Amino acid sequence: MNIYQKEWNNRLMKILFNTGSSVLRFFQETGRLFIFILNTLKAIFSRWYMKNIFTQLISIGYLSLPVVALTSFFTGGALAIQIYYGGNQFNSEIIVSSIVALGITRELGPVLGGIVVAGRVSAAIAAELGTMKVTEQIDALKTLSTDPFEYLVFPRVIAGIIALPILVGFADIIGIMGGWLVGVQSLGFNGTTYLQNTEIFLDSSDIFSGLIKASVFGFIITIMGCYHGFNSEGGAQGVGKSTMNAVVSSSILILATNYIMTNLLFVS
Amino acid sequence: MIEINNLNKKFQNNIVLNDLAIKIEAGESAVVIGQSGTGKSVMLKCLLGLIKPDSGSVKINNKEIYDKNLKYLKKNKPKIGMLFQGGALFDSLPIWKNVGFTSLQNKVSEKICKIKAVQTLEKVGLGSEISDLFPSEISGGMQKRVALARAIFPEPNIIFFDEPTTGLDPISADVINKLILERVKDLGATALTITHDMASARTIASKVYMLHQGKIIWNGNVNELGKTDNKFILQFIKGESNGPIKLHNN
Repeated sequence: MNIYQKEWNNRLMKILFNTGSSVLRFFQETGRLFIFILNTLKAIFSRWYMKNIFTQLISIGYLSLPVVALTSFFTGGALAIQIYYGGNQFNSEIIVSSIVALGITRELGPVLGGIVVAGRVSAAIAAELGTMKVTEQIDALKTLSTDPFEYLVFPRVIAGIIALPILVGFADIIGIMGGWLVGVQSLGFNGTTYLQNTEIFLDSSDIFSGLIKASVFGFIITIMGCYHGFNSEGGAQGVGKSTMNAVVSSSILILATNYIMTNLLFVS
Repeated sequence: MIEINNLNKKFQNNIVLNDLAIKIEAGESAVVIGQSGTGKSVMLKCLLGLIKPDSGSVKINNKEIYDKNLKYLKKNKPKIGMLFQGGALFDSLPIWKNVGFTSLQNKVSEKICKIKAVQTLEKVGLGSEISDLFPSEISGGMQKRVALARAIFPEPNIIFFDEPTTGLDPISADVINKLILERVKDLGATALTITHDMASARTIASKVYMLHQGKIIWNGNVNELGKTDNKFILQFIKGESNGPIKLHNN
């Protein structure tokens, strides 16, 4: 074997080693996440800390409302302009109102709302729990006979599952109103006709499908925030890394889950 | 009574606890000293069920706290108070809720809990005026005292102290040491302290254990510390870099 073949073999081994360890890491991480979710679900049958759940509802739901409302309002307005100028302007009053309503309720409301909340809430949860982990506050909870899954994780997860559909409900209304305002003010539509068309084309299943998605996204956002916070290591750098991982993983999972759910809810 | 036998724990290839054996009698105030990284905190976390050992047995008050599969037996867990190195106070809760946390979780009324929390704060030399403050609003020394109050609040029969004087000035450290001594005597509890602060060890301890490379290599009464010719103890007490304890073990 000459020197070039040896070097080639070494490189190949290195690639195989890196690929193998990445695959192993992926399965290890997936397994850990699965166990984390199981421990969270177990907390359903234990004590519910109602005060903590209420505090988290305020933090995740009420305090996220302004940012979700603004996002949805401008998205509705932009969508109306895009549909009007991008498509056939004949009979556009019906098309714009129906596509804005369907687009917002089925996709943009839950997905954009979810991603905006992921950036705000998932990061905050990961940073808070990460700091608690590295300062031994989670260990302290255990020594005080309090299960951190019952006291910290479950209240956040249940609050996320409840708060996200409510937020998306508001986002739907505000997004449609954004489209309506642009339609009436900039595109010269009749306000009453626009709203009547919206009502005709919008089905309750469109709204509910978006709300179901929002609930699943609420679970993803909170569980990823808690998981990465709980697995923070080291000091400030470790907390920063887990915060970033929480936002990235929850955003990607929201988009991937949205695709799967859209297939399940609308294609079949 | 705390009895540890053949306790082993390693992280990847790093052996932290190596057939550790230690027996602390009821009412004893034991202090485990040793260089950083010798497994003191890991030992304590194994006793608390926070870290699962690889093998070995741990008995507290004559009850095994791990089953054969090394699963932590919550039902055998006695009332334990714990003072963490950094205090580990919950920064989202006011001081009195930190102190009375266990009672609040047991649905004791907030009014009763606050009265008892303030009384406990007084035992560690803190006035009621700080009870409504948050941990970030008080000094490091006061935080340690609040953490001590939280540890003794449920009147435990076993108390663990993890580096109780770390990060404190000598005067605050002495206050904490004396408070620990008084409170442990008050409760008649068994205490286990881990530290590398010799002043703290001399004040708190009735018996001293030296941990090195995951094993107890010396133990004796606190007054034997000054008489021993054990090279490890002598190097540790004098704080010399030359001797059998090598720095690369950190």
